[in-house]
Amino acid sequence: MADEPQQPKQPKKIVPKKYPMPEQDPKERIRNFNEVPIGQEAQTAILEAQRCLQCKRGPNRKVCMDGCPVEIDIPVFIKQVQEGNFEEAIRIIRQKQNLPAVCGRVCPYENQCEGLCVVGKKNEPVGIGRLERFLADWERKEMKKGKVEVPPPTGKQVAVVGAGPAGLTVAGDLAKLGHKITIFEALQYCGGVLVYGIPEFRLPKEIVHAEVDYIRRMGVDIKNDFVVGKLETVDELMRDYDAVFVATGAGLPDWTNLKGENLNGIMSANEFLTRVNLMKAFKFPEYDTPIRAGERVVTIGGGNVAMDCARTSLRLGCKESVILYRRSDAELPARREEVHHAQQEGVRFELLAAPVEFIGDDCGNVKQVKAIRMQLGEPDASGRRRPVKIPGSEFLIDAQTVLIAIGQSPNPLVPMTTPDLKTTKEGTIAVDEEGRTSKKAVWAGGDIASGAATVILAMGDGKKAAKSMHRYLTQDQSWPAPEVFEKLSCEM
Amino acid sequence: MRAKMYEIVKAEKLTPDVIKLEIKAPQIAKKAKAGQFIMVTPTEHGERIPLTMADFSPEKGTITIAALEIGKTTKELGTLKAGDKVFSLVGPLGLPTHLHNFGNVVSIGGGIGLALMYPVVRAFRQSGNHTINIIGAKNEKLLIYEDEIKTVSDEFYVCTDDGSKGHHGFVSDVLKKMIAENKKIDLVYAVGPIIMMKVIANITKPHNIKTIVSLNPIMVDGTGMCGSCRVIISGETKFGCVDGPEFDGHAVDFDNLTARNRRYMPEEAVSLKKWQGAK
Ligand SMILES: Cc1cc2nc3c(=O)[nH]c(=O)nc-3n(C[C@H](O)[C@H](O)[C@H](O)COP(=O)(O)OP(=O)(O)OC[C@H]3O[C@@H](n4cnc5c(N)ncnc54)[C@H](O)[C@@H]3O)c2cc1C
Ligand SMILES: Cc1cc2nc3c(=O)[nH]c(=O)nc-3n(C[C@H](O)[C@H](O)[C@H](O)COP(=O)(O)OP(=O)(O)OC[C@H]3O[C@@H](n4cnc5c(N)ncnc54)[C@H](O)[C@@H]3O)c2cc1C
Ligand code: SF4
Ligand code: SF4
Ligand code: FES
Repeated sequence: MADEPQQPKQPKKIVPKKYPMPEQDPKERIRNFNEVPIGQEAQTAILEAQRCLQCKRGPNRKVCMDGCPVEIDIPVFIKQVQEGNFEEAIRIIRQKQNLPAVCGRVCPYENQCEGLCVVGKKNEPVGIGRLERFLADWERKEMKKGKVEVPPPTGKQVAVVGAGPAGLTVAGDLAKLGHKITIFEALQYCGGVLVYGIPEFRLPKEIVHAEVDYIRRMGVDIKNDFVVGKLETVDELMRDYDAVFVATGAGLPDWTNLKGENLNGIMSANEFLTRVNLMKAFKFPEYDTPIRAGERVVTIGGGNVAMDCARTSLRLGCKESVILYRRSDAELPARREEVHHAQQEGVRFELLAAPVEFIGDDCGNVKQVKAIRMQLGEPDASGRRRPVKIPGSEFLIDAQTVLIAIGQSPNPLVPMTTPDLKTTKEGTIAVDEEGRTSKKAVWAGGDIASGAATVILAMGDGKKAAKSMHRYLTQDQSWPAPEVFEKLSCEM
Repeated sequence: MRAKMYEIVKAEKLTPDVIKLEIKAPQIAKKAKAGQFIMVTPTEHGERIPLTMADFSPEKGTITIAALEIGKTTKELGTLKAGDKVFSLVGPLGLPTHLHNFGNVVSIGGGIGLALMYPVVRAFRQSGNHTINIIGAKNEKLLIYEDEIKTVSDEFYVCTDDGSKGHHGFVSDVLKKMIAENKKIDLVYAVGPIIMMKVIANITKPHNIKTIVSLNPIMVDGTGMCGSCRVIISGETKFGCVDGPEFDGHAVDFDNLTARNRRYMPEEAVSLKKWQGAK
């Protein structure tokens, strides 16, 4: 094997920047729920692909592919784009990736594939995420929607609990290997956070539905409105299925537990986003579920979820949308692109400030947030500097709506109703490196196993588990000793 | 994208404003227990609303709900006929009623609460309790589930606000009288308007009679992921859909629940008006 990179020398005239992604004007877009980036033309995609150097990976040399949790053959698909063979390019992506239109939009590629792109060392990296998005969109528009070919049935049946990115990945991968898959999903639509959390203007729901449809066309059976743990437990499913994959996500909202949190107008990010996205309250009264923003909305938190809340509030017509975050700009956990979009749209960032109390009016509606200024002290366990209150610096902000976006915990229902499924102190299901749990023939992955993370990591978990499940179903039914999980459940 | 899936096998008006629907849902029917509810979304554009199961039959594979038609969604349910379908139906949700042989159980229901009360008192009786049931409504015409509840009652009392049937007055009057007469009461179960449950809880509290109430906070998913349904119990926040819907009546902050249930009144009015205009 030739280890040495045999890629061409860096050409002199490499285009230093990514070809621009056309976007809706900020002033315009805060008045609608349409997608912010409009998408690139075929010609632009080809030019972008031509920025790629077709690097080879080596033992001491990491390239784009090493940053992709689902190991897409990036240089190979980009080569096809360079030559305008879009159909072949998307086929290569689909070998590894069941949700390309989604990941091309919401993957934090700056830390993943693009973070390792060789071109990115001196210039902007190749726009791998954009190319993935372009191809998936092209496929949806141009290609026929027939049945997706799968191999002859193996006779094995697998139950997947939860139709978020992790569950959909396992379903797609195992269907491709000829196993019969049934997905059990609590909500009326599939996609998990992709349909109830991430807003329409970042990820149109029609796209998620199309990706789910692709998985259905592979012969996967989907049962919506099915709450596992209530309608049937995992143990009951195991009577009919050879293996089970649990991917129920981290859907339990965390609270501040401050005085006044149950006032009207204060809600979890999950409630707010579920009303708007899943139930389409942004189209009220065409859709029946109501939502109200009021003049000023204060969102507590600084992650992707907080950015989504703040930007959604603007689109619901509030005059001012404020983010209250206890550390500084540098520590904002949201993707830079999201922060940037929020700033462009006029979201006000009230940094180094934390709420201490919520103040209501006589009717039980919130009217103000009492907050306190913070400063950064010594680094904490996570290495980030710990925010410390500045005594006497309390201040008030008027608010008609307050959104709590300070985190989500694992859904407890499945662990609670499956007695021999070991969990960690954080409430996540304890899994080994293949996603196996303490219960034989049951795997888990995505946010329920890792705690709240990202779409692509959930999919990566799904990939690993699918491999392990396939081996179990076709060759080797051995299972790790119970002590392995004893240990895993005590760690962290 | 998804067809309407759950077929109505029987639709019946119990009063001009109460619809009773029997819906085909074999899996839910098999698992349902007294006190649990379902989330129903009538159409793809609809709202997810919680309704307690008024009955369930594993043999027939059906569940029964009864809804008071107060707003857009329940009025829309009120127009459904046998053969129609609803878009989405999720259940059984919430914790079932805690069953045990308590001894003398006084169950009190008002208005639409009577439908919700029926499977619960039936289960109390099956658990060996002596069931004393007090039912009430504004007038005789609005008394629903009277015959059904009677069949599972060891003692049975009817009240109407206008005196058109039974005791002229409130269900709470009957309870007060029982307490005054030193009747042995081991548990009180109350389901109905918030104000009724609050009054009952206030009556039993000084006498230390354990009192269970069934709360109706506004819900979205009904599975524990949003917190729309949060209620304050002994100063602590609980989720009505997963920790309830039944709670210790002496620990409930009823005023907070009343305020929270008014959250969307202006929007509810808009929704209803639009629907009535379109009809
Ligand atoms: C608002 C928001 C914005 C985000 N933005 C980004 C982003 O830009 N980029 C990114 O990479 N990540 C983002 N994330 C994180 C990402 O969405 C999650 O990490 C990812 O969706 C986890 O996938 P999952 O499959 O593990 O779980 P989920 O997506 O949570 O799916 C779990 C599914 O299981 C179902 N379920 C739960 N319990 C049961 C049960 N008992 N029975 C049956 N079904 C059940 C749920 O209804 C749900 O459909 C965001 C998250 C949120 C909330
Ligand atoms: C666990 C539980 C069980 C219930 N069981 C029954 C039952 O068996 N029969 C019955 O008639 N009613 C029941 N309710 C109440 C019923 O859900 C509401 O009456 C219904 O949602 C009203 O919807 P609407 O659109 O018709 O009226 P709207 O005009 O939207 O609302 C009227 C009032 O109903 C309440 N409400 C509105 N939306 C919701 C919602 N999404 N969730 C809960 N409450 C809401 C509010 O207090 C509101 O002011 C139950 C509620 C809960 C929480
Ligand atoms: S899935 Fe994510 S990490 Fe992988 S190539 Fe696509 S954008 Fe990059
Ligand atoms: S590292 Fe960058 S330049 Fe090299 S193959 Fe990957 S995308 Fe192309
Ligand atoms: S209704 Fe959403 S958590 Fe209870």
